[in-house]
Amino acid sequence: MSHDHDHDNELDPFAARVRALETILTEKGLIDPAAIDVIVDTYETKIGPRNGAKVVAKAWVDLEFAAWLKRDATAAIASLSYTGRQGEHMQAVFNSEATHNLVVCTLCSCYPWSVLGLPPVWYKAPPYRSRAVIDPRGVLEEFGLTLPAATKIRVWDSTAELRYLVVPMRPEGTEGWSEERLAELVTRDAMIGTGLAKEPA
Amino acid sequence: MNGPQDLGGQMGFGPVAPEKDEPYFHADWERRALGVTLAAGAMGAWNIDESRHARESLHPADYYASSYYQIWIKALEVLLKRHGFVSEHDLAAGRAVDATATPKRVLKAENVSAVLAKGGPCDRPVAMPALFKAGDLVRTKNFNPTGHTRLPRYARGKQGTIEAVREGFVFPDSNAHGQGENPQWVYTVVFDGAEIWGEGADTTLTVSIDAWESYLEPA
Repeated sequence: MSHDHDHDNELDPFAARVRALETILTEKGLIDPAAIDVIVDTYETKIGPRNGAKVVAKAWVDLEFAAWLKRDATAAIASLSYTGRQGEHMQAVFNSEATHNLVVCTLCSCYPWSVLGLPPVWYKAPPYRSRAVIDPRGVLEEFGLTLPAATKIRVWDSTAELRYLVVPMRPEGTEGWSEERLAELVTRDAMIGTGLAKEPA
Repeated sequence: MNGPQDLGGQMGFGPVAPEKDEPYFHADWERRALGVTLAAGAMGAWNIDESRHARESLHPADYYASSYYQIWIKALEVLLKRHGFVSEHDLAAGRAVDATATPKRVLKAENVSAVLAKGGPCDRPVAMPALFKAGDLVRTKNFNPTGHTRLPRYARGKQGTIEAVREGFVFPDSNAHGQGENPQWVYTVVFDGAEIWGEGADTTLTVSIDAWESYLEPA
């Protein structure tokens, strides 16, 4: 096997392309690589679906907070210090026995970063974006979720700058649980609408 | 534009493939792609609507063959060239060769937290009162603009109901093209599945979009 290539050629072509772009912008003084490190660290370790889970758990135990969340989600969520990029204008939508909510962005990948973090690959990819609005039950089956035939499905296509957070129904058998314990039941998918809250073990 | 991004109702992409315990990044370059894209955007040379339009303006074959971070980087190169920060020479050399335009600002590490926490709110006061109110029947316009729009094809020329009057928001169709923010009222409009998909539609389905006022006419 030949080993006459230099080190950079061991990168895949797209990794090399991104590295080149970062190099050019850094050499021109347009970006600060240390700022990129902070951005990455923020979204890899600080902002994620644990934020949203705390919002949901609080809404489950605190009726006043739930009403505020329904009325003005941006302010209610900001009261827990979850603010910022791709969460500037929030709307919470509440599942019920009658209606299940599902969130999509058919036109790009709009997603409530401030409460759920960065979106998963499938949320940004064509299969989900194309089918959530026309065949939501088929999509939910692929997540292992079969809804009763009579349940109404409401799909929210995030076409403007409102970002949607689904508040799943609180599982039975969790009476008296603390917010912290309840938050463990709230998955990312439950807050997109592709899942339900976990049942207590 | 009727571009590759406008995916609602398209077929043939196969099943959704959720990955169990998916990591935020699948390769280190995706970390840098996120950071470079946000840091370059923070220069203030373009807005979110222009960047979305750059992404959807990729050739459809390229768009569908690319992961989302690849789409971001390909569009970012277009934006950087358009605004004079990067040249073909730079990209070919993989290093800075040509001079650059002057950015409004450069994002420093110590400012990242504050900038991300502030975000980019796009609510703006609108001088005119809202034309529609909750409960009004409306019909979306049937149009096919060649520029940026946020009215998906599947929801054009359809009758729906205003569910909520939102706020005045920057109008992306003009803002994407440097033609001003021209804020308009935004409404959540809900459609029956059958109105959109017709025969064979899921009778339990309703779909909503958030529509700028100029997308709507009284029904």
